[in-house]
Amino acid sequence: MKDIKYNHLRAMLSLTKASLKAMTRNPSAVVFNLVFPLIFILVFGFIGGSSFKIDVVFEKNSDTSNHIYRELANNNTINIIKNLDYDAAFSDLEKGRIDAFVNIENSPSGKQIVSLKTTKASPERGSILKMIISEIVNKQNLAFTDTEVPKTELKETEIEGRRYKTIDFILPGQLGFSLLSAGVFGTAFIFISLRQTLVLKRFFATPVKKVYIILGESLSRLIFSIFTSIIIILLGYYIFGFTLVNGFVTFLNMLIVSVIALIVFLGFGFVVSGIAKNESAVPPIANLITLPQFLLAGTFFPISNFPEWLQPVSRALPLTYLNEALRKISFEGAGLFDVWKDIIIMLIWGVVVYAIAVKVFKWE
Amino acid sequence: MTDNIIEVKDLVKKYDTLTAVDGISFNVRDGEVFGLLGPNGAGKTTTLEIMETLRDKTSGEVFINGLSVDKDQSEIKQIIGIQLQAAGFYPNLYLNELIELFAGLYNVNTDPDELLDLVDLREKRNSKFKELSGGQKQRFSICTTLINDPKLIFLDEPTTGLDPQARRNLWELIKRIKAKGTTIMLTTHYMDEAEILCDRVGIIDHGKIITIDSPDNLIDDLVRSGFERPKQVKLASLEDVFINLTGHTIRDA
Repeated sequence: MKDIKYNHLRAMLSLTKASLKAMTRNPSAVVFNLVFPLIFILVFGFIGGSSFKIDVVFEKNSDTSNHIYRELANNNTINIIKNLDYDAAFSDLEKGRIDAFVNIENSPSGKQIVSLKTTKASPERGSILKMIISEIVNKQNLAFTDTEVPKTELKETEIEGRRYKTIDFILPGQLGFSLLSAGVFGTAFIFISLRQTLVLKRFFATPVKKVYIILGESLSRLIFSIFTSIIIILLGYYIFGFTLVNGFVTFLNMLIVSVIALIVFLGFGFVVSGIAKNESAVPPIANLITLPQFLLAGTFFPISNFPEWLQPVSRALPLTYLNEALRKISFEGAGLFDVWKDIIIMLIWGVVVYAIAVKVFKWE
Repeated sequence: MTDNIIEVKDLVKKYDTLTAVDGISFNVRDGEVFGLLGPNGAGKTTTLEIMETLRDKTSGEVFINGLSVDKDQSEIKQIIGIQLQAAGFYPNLYLNELIELFAGLYNVNTDPDELLDLVDLREKRNSKFKELSGGQKQRFSICTTLINDPKLIFLDEPTTGLDPQARRNLWELIKRIKAKGTTIMLTTHYMDEAEILCDRVGIIDHGKIITIDSPDNLIDDLVRSGFERPKQVKLASLEDVFINLTGHTIRDA
């Protein structure tokens, strides 16, 4: 008898290869992973526009007991942010998360000086704010026509900043959702179908160990999803001007975070395949997992747009942290270490989900 | 090593309340075709799956080529080939790709076309399993049992649901595999099939083996006991008429 040691890795890779071939021939896998996210990117990329607020920070020493401050505070489109770390706020200004800094001071000569610092990262909001403030200033000056010199002076500066485009928000969300649905739907469907058609049983008749069947199948999903992620990011970059702050490094970091998240999401798929009795039971259960995340995890709208009672729910979902990590990496140029909190929370989800998967997963 | 490739001693398999296999013992000799016959629910498939190491037994001993099903499952799997009742294949793959997949799972190098030739399916190499006819599916299923060049193959009701031409075609295939020296363990509901293919059969009912012998001996014993058919046997059967009228050509292409 030939007694060459049986190589599980070889068996696993042959399954991975077979699974990849099968996936590329399966239109629904391609549609779910690639076409849907691209359609959403297209639609939302062109429509753009969410609720309009101008985020303004008043500098530390600014005088807030004056007419201009009160006017701005009463303006519905202006959101005054208080109690924050000024260094962090300045870096937010560069990124366009905050639209402007305002400082109102009274000079020794008795003149009121309004300094407005806007950012190139948010030019539209900056110029709207400038219009609002200069209108207030002008009115106020007109009220003091008796003096020749205007009492209030507006000084503007604009800092350099990266422009945050709709695509920079939409693309990471769509990428996240593509990974979630690939992980959950793809895995659940294939394992239920392999179980029901006794393909798994036929595999057990070969010397391969069960765990390598799972690894081989997961590896092929991983490769396929990395491939679709690359396409989504590159199309976003070249066609819609998606921002990759540090170029290739950012691109690579996005892929690494995507892989971590996909491994977690595959766990959801294993759970669904264990719970669902047959293929037709997959969509309702899988939707129960994906749909709330689709809506609440900041895929289309920032979480801060939701009512406050809903935000803790969003803050509990794993997709939220993938989306957040992807956005920080792509637009702010964060490294993997900078998003460690997001990664840890995803990994905690992973531990929980795989613990459940081990309990409910069925082989036959 | 003994001449018996399968040794089963006092095999018992209990499910919660049901005893599916109730203390059976038998041996299968190297190189023979052994048929396990019995009505539905008699315990055939359970017995087969225990020998294939796909199912745990409650008690008893089973040795395949001298290897214990308790300890040497991986070694056993490397020397046997298994055709399952109604098993499907990985979706969206072509036959030659399915063979490559199994070659990987068995860790062997194989030429898909050579194997497909063996079961007359080379022209279907770029078809999917689900596109095949019933007879072709069974032939392909048997083809995948041969990938690792096994000493022993298990066929669970290989001809169920096939038309007479396809059945005869499959019989020829099974005879060709036997001629290469491979031992074949099969189950069937068709007695004519068992009579033609099997060197020995074991008849099993309610989880027990009632008798084991060659089909010839079993028939002779029955006749000696004074058995007579209520109606005189004709020299041909209706199936002979059917084959005579419709020919041997298989109709699945």
